[in-house]
Amino acid sequence: MITIDAKGLHYKELNKIIRESIASGIKNVFLENVNGQYYIGDGIKGDNITITVNGVPGNDLGVFMDGPSIIVNNNVQDNVGNTMNSGKITIKGDAGDVVGYGMRGGRIYIRGNAGYRIGIHMKGYNEQIPIIIIGGKVGSFFGEYMAGGVMVLLGLNNSEELAGEYFGVGMHGGAIYLKKKIDFSKYSKEVEFLEANDDDMAFLKKYLLEYAKDFNLSSEDLIGGPFYKIVPSSARPYAHLYTSSSL
Amino acid sequence: MLRLKNNFSIEHDIAGCGLCGIINIRKIRTNGEDIKKAIALEHDRGNGLGGGFAVYGCYPEYADIYAFHVMYDDLAAKHDVEEYFKNNFIIEKQESIPVFKTSKINDHPILHRYFMKPKSDREDRLLHDLGDDDFVVSSVMLINSEYDGAYVFSSGKNMGAFKGVGYPEDIADFYMLDNVEGYMWTAHNRFPTNTPGWWGGAHPFTLLDWSIVHNGEISSYGINKRYLEMFKYNLALKTDTEVIAYILDLLIRKHGLPVELAMNVLAAPFYQTIEKMEPKQKELYTALRQIYGSALLNGPFAIIFGYPDGMVALNDRIKLRPLVAGTKGDFTYIASEESSIREICPYPDVVWSPKAGEPIIIKTINTENISQKQRLIIS
Repeated sequence: MITIDAKGLHYKELNKIIRESIASGIKNVFLENVNGQYYIGDGIKGDNITITVNGVPGNDLGVFMDGPSIIVNNNVQDNVGNTMNSGKITIKGDAGDVVGYGMRGGRIYIRGNAGYRIGIHMKGYNEQIPIIIIGGKVGSFFGEYMAGGVMVLLGLNNSEELAGEYFGVGMHGGAIYLKKKIDFSKYSKEVEFLEANDDDMAFLKKYLLEYAKDFNLSSEDLIGGPFYKIVPSSARPYAHLYTSSSL
Repeated sequence: MLRLKNNFSIEHDIAGCGLCGIINIRKIRTNGEDIKKAIALEHDRGNGLGGGFAVYGCYPEYADIYAFHVMYDDLAAKHDVEEYFKNNFIIEKQESIPVFKTSKINDHPILHRYFMKPKSDREDRLLHDLGDDDFVVSSVMLINSEYDGAYVFSSGKNMGAFKGVGYPEDIADFYMLDNVEGYMWTAHNRFPTNTPGWWGGAHPFTLLDWSIVHNGEISSYGINKRYLEMFKYNLALKTDTEVIAYILDLLIRKHGLPVELAMNVLAAPFYQTIEKMEPKQKELYTALRQIYGSALLNGPFAIIFGYPDGMVALNDRIKLRPLVAGTKGDFTYIASEESSIREICPYPDVVWSPKAGEPIIIKTINTENISQKQRLIIS
């Protein structure tokens, strides 16, 4: 275990210390007084490694991460978990824009709200299923061009507007689950709005229980249905964008 | 040093920069230390080729007359411009802008300021009868486009811009902003990608009391420029941000639009959004789009607009640049990154992000309407 006082440290120095600590076999890294340092935990690998962040980390947290866990006890800024491969990021506050861009595995749990472009270009293959769960609401372009993986939008804060415009535009894989019914008529015609079935709930249960535990929430409240499911109508929504449909 | 009269054959500038703003709604003045600390946290968003600050409330002793900040390449340029000033303005006071040369900023133009008002019997009255504000605008346009080696970078009342080539924290030290006080500050850290960093190209861009700091790229620069030229604005600085300052002068001062509506011209709602509005609103926003189509800003942007009665934070319509706000008591902070706010205010009462295309408008409380309920989103 190591505790690092990040106050006034440039991201280069801070990340060097984190990397060297992990390389030397340290499993628990505590960062105190973090404020704005970019690239924390980027590209790190390994099992049973946990980085705990106190303070607001800078952009690009946990990018390309492959295995470790990051726990943030505050808000985070933009571009969390870009192209993350495995591991887990737990955020006790709100998240900025573009969470999990092109994410290909692992979990990102956000207790609060998240900004614009959450889970865009997410992808999945066989056992690689990236998961993002958001406790509050999100901005526009939620799941834009989503190709795989799973996102869950809980809307626990009872806000009127659960998501912004362009919900699931260009989505052609994966699934989005909602704990609240929304008027989906104003959204993308490229997706379908269904009620989640038992298989869906069996799949989600494991993750929702973990989410409830991480944030001290009542698990019954969280997994109690019904949930709604959004899936793409087609795996190739733009197959005929440049050619006539008869071709 | 790059010469001020820039003849770069470049259309306009793209930048990926850092922004900060601080306002005290009771107009309590603070010195430049906080804004310097906040923008310094965003050091890595810039590359040392431009930093600057706008401050409101800094010249209370000359609050009724115009404060011109001018940069000159050489004494000849200064002589020529001062000739013009003497012929057209009553100069109450003039002096060098106080600077402190540091190892970081040691190559700079001549920086001079003038507190003055237009003469009532000035020559141009023979030809037309411009009001004082209009005459100041035309003087700024004239000097910036016709006088070699001279550039007016601030021309408002009881406000000033302080800017140059360097990182903003070094520019703050250079202008000794810890000795300057204001109730509102904005700051910019520049990362120019399409035009060289030169003293005149640093943000903020100002005209009269308006100031703009901007992160992003105005793709509509060409059409905005041609539109502004019809109203005799000269786009002399070859940077996209300049158009925003002039559009707002045109909309707010010349055409009398409220600040809220002017922002809805810059980031006009999409027609599909207008379609869903109540009939009266729909009519208003349709009219705005039709009349001011050429003033619409396209491309990714985050801006902080300063004017004597408040501060505005605005994103483009699909939010392609970061912007965060926080409040603590009478202070509101705006920044490109939340950590920048927390650097000077570790525990804000609320932190939130403006929605795409919807301005956050923070007004000082001696003006009516503190919060525009429909637009001030605190969640």
